[in-house]
Amino acid sequence: MSVMTEPPSQGFRLSQLLYDTRYRSLTIQVVAMVLLMLMLSWLLSNVIHNLQELGKDFDFGFLWSRAGYDINQRLIEYNTSCEVNGEIVNSVCSHARAATVGILNTLLVAVLGCALATVLGVIAGVLRLSNNWLVAKLMAVYVEGFRNVPLLLWIILIFALMTESMPAPRAFRGDTPEASMILDAIAVTNRGIYIPGINFASPFFDSGYLNWLLIVVVLIASIYAITLINHSATVKQEATGIRPTTWYINLAVFFLPAGILMVLMGAHLNFPYLKGFNFTEGVHLRNSLIALWIALSLYTGAFIAEIVRAGIMAISKGQSEAAYALGLRPGTTMNLVILPQALRVIIPPLISQYLNLTKNSSLAIAVGYMDVRSTLGGITINQTGRELEGMLLLGLFYLVTSLVISSAMNFYNNSVKLKER
Amino acid sequence: MSETHAQTVAFVRETMIPEQEPPLTERGVMKWLRENLFSGWVNILLTLVSVVVIWAALSHVLPWAFRGIWVADNLNQCREIRDATYGPGVAAACWAVITERWPQLMFGFYPAELYWRPVLAFIVFLVAILPVLFTELPRKMLWFSVAAPFIAYWMIWGGSLWGPIVVASGFVLGFFAFTIGSRVIGNLVGVLAAIVLPLLYWLFLAGSLTDALSSVLPLAIEHVDSKQMGGFMLAIIIGVSGIILSLPLGILLALGRQSDLFFINKVSVGFIEMIRGVPLIVWLFTASLLLNYFLPPGTNFDLMLRVIIMVTLFSSAYIAEVIRGGLAALPKGQYEAADALGLDYWKSMRLIILPQSLKISIPGIVSTFIGLFKDTTLVVFIGLLDPIGLTNSIRATTDWNGVYWELFVFVGLLFFVFCFSMGQYSLFLEKKLRREHR
Repeated sequence: MSVMTEPPSQGFRLSQLLYDTRYRSLTIQVVAMVLLMLMLSWLLSNVIHNLQELGKDFDFGFLWSRAGYDINQRLIEYNTSCEVNGEIVNSVCSHARAATVGILNTLLVAVLGCALATVLGVIAGVLRLSNNWLVAKLMAVYVEGFRNVPLLLWIILIFALMTESMPAPRAFRGDTPEASMILDAIAVTNRGIYIPGINFASPFFDSGYLNWLLIVVVLIASIYAITLINHSATVKQEATGIRPTTWYINLAVFFLPAGILMVLMGAHLNFPYLKGFNFTEGVHLRNSLIALWIALSLYTGAFIAEIVRAGIMAISKGQSEAAYALGLRPGTTMNLVILPQALRVIIPPLISQYLNLTKNSSLAIAVGYMDVRSTLGGITINQTGRELEGMLLLGLFYLVTSLVISSAMNFYNNSVKLKER
Repeated sequence: MSETHAQTVAFVRETMIPEQEPPLTERGVMKWLRENLFSGWVNILLTLVSVVVIWAALSHVLPWAFRGIWVADNLNQCREIRDATYGPGVAAACWAVITERWPQLMFGFYPAELYWRPVLAFIVFLVAILPVLFTELPRKMLWFSVAAPFIAYWMIWGGSLWGPIVVASGFVLGFFAFTIGSRVIGNLVGVLAAIVLPLLYWLFLAGSLTDALSSVLPLAIEHVDSKQMGGFMLAIIIGVSGIILSLPLGILLALGRQSDLFFINKVSVGFIEMIRGVPLIVWLFTASLLLNYFLPPGTNFDLMLRVIIMVTLFSSAYIAEVIRGGLAALPKGQYEAADALGLDYWKSMRLIILPQSLKISIPGIVSTFIGLFKDTTLVVFIGLLDPIGLTNSIRATTDWNGVYWELFVFVGLLFFVFCFSMGQYSLFLEKKLRREHR
């Protein structure tokens, strides 16, 4: 800008707003802003007008009124004793509590789905590159089959498979039952899958989930300790050239504190058994959760398989050859040369698949899984007639979740991307 | 040399031995099998496992499918036929549900005597899409492609022919306003005129003009309400309109996101992130539950139109992100070269930047389209009868209560055919447009 010649001495003319490139962009932006403001205010005035006409107000107070519905799957206590409108009420909770239960259910299926989808995707992606013709073709069929058929169909299909083809609990009865439990511990029935649970004989807290929270906190602390140990090992390696063996210390640090805690709390396995017409005890995984989880994982796994395959193929063969020429062993080559480069290609689309999975979990509606859309965005809206507020909160939840995940992705991206100097 | 050699060595072969075939394990099928299936113990294990998996799947599915019964009026009849032919309890598919409900699966509750109309509209669509897909075809066919949406709309919804003609003439008006305005006064005025004039025409003139024209000369065919449409027809209508409308919108959003203009940039980013952050199903519920709040009281427009608008906005945000990737992948020199040639913004985009970045983004765009087409199944939750919704309502009848897999297999296969062929076309296009390695 410093070399620009003096502008013509003429004063400012109105036509410069259109024809002078210095001002035109400003004009365009102002015009666009005015148009947008006009449109928004038109929409807003419509909303206000319509609300008045319906005799409704815009108020989130409904969240603290009583929600008279039950939620069959929950991670935190619901409908035992809750605070509604400031007083403790038995066997009824507020809509806010119901929404929290729904949010936790959404997050539960999202986390389970992401974990299983990653495992399936990595296996399928690696196997699709295998020299074995049959396996490669089989994986291609898996990937193409799941990528080209709507997820909704898979969810309904797996749900139907669970409810129609699995034995009823009464098939487990009698001396010569038609069906039997796997290892006497897991029962697959048409009402869901029953697996052994962990009970605490002498828990630290009365409510069960606080105990689990404590264990999770301890595990996170152990993982942090392990990163510290590994870091000090790296420092030692850089100083002396010899890396101290740390794997057994790591294992101990990971498992011992949590194990000791669980022993202190008197943890024991709690097997399901047949009582009357149904199984009791243990943990009941409902068909809705299983169908949603499996379908989401298989579907997203197919996409992840393609991402993994692309990531591995993106690393040129010269990289591994160069590593071998340097004398690195195959394992070290994988860890230090191939994986860091492949992960750079794999991780961003992988995380966007995680995002998709989380958003797709709203298809829970197809099988009646009580996620946040079914509680806050479904029954609560129907009961209170607060569509506007309910949908707004629902949208905000999903928006915040995906913004958090995508900003984490951007942070990671910036930390691993090629530093161009 | 050879003579001295002959004296020191006892035997010298004087003729070449005829070439021998490689050993059995090193040629033909055996070699292929050895290399591709049994090259090591891991491979052998993998092969065995896959054979078991394939056998387990096919031995259940194939007999069931091939024993299938194609003609029956209801499930009980199907079972009687099965018991008579194969014996009781043998697994046999009842494909009769598909042959009997075929029109419903295809057209929903569209009037049966008018089935020819959506079929004709589909043929019009195919003819219109061909010159777009395959550039070898004569370019003049594109004129038909421009007219096709209006013809297809008239064929499917019926009513007066004047409606689509009047709407289409709005576009013609806009085109003339642009050419004349930009020639006489200036480019910017031309663009403004091309936007404002048709809008005024559609808002104030189009309705009365249609009424007047149809009172003079009716030219109407029977009107069909969009509530009566369903099945694959619905999926294709929503999918195709979403695909056609979301591409230009996505390009504009991507350009907005790359733009230097602060306000435009922030608005595009906000719009894209807001749309992408929330699942489609929530947007669809918004369209069906909340839209009435945002419009003047008393306005009530077609649910299908609302869905098409929502699906279009949704996938345009995804397409914008894909195209942004393509724009970012272009070397900066391309932008600078366009500036150096003295091209203005729109010309440089249209002639230099977009052709290249769209080419890079083809795989992403097509997979967004495939996703959009698959997502049309979600409209079942707001009460439209898409193929999956129809499977539920078919099962709810007494005739077919208890049929599951046949319908799922049929719907899944049809979606697979559509989506897989889209994917194959994108591979074909990528290959055709590849310039680097010729």
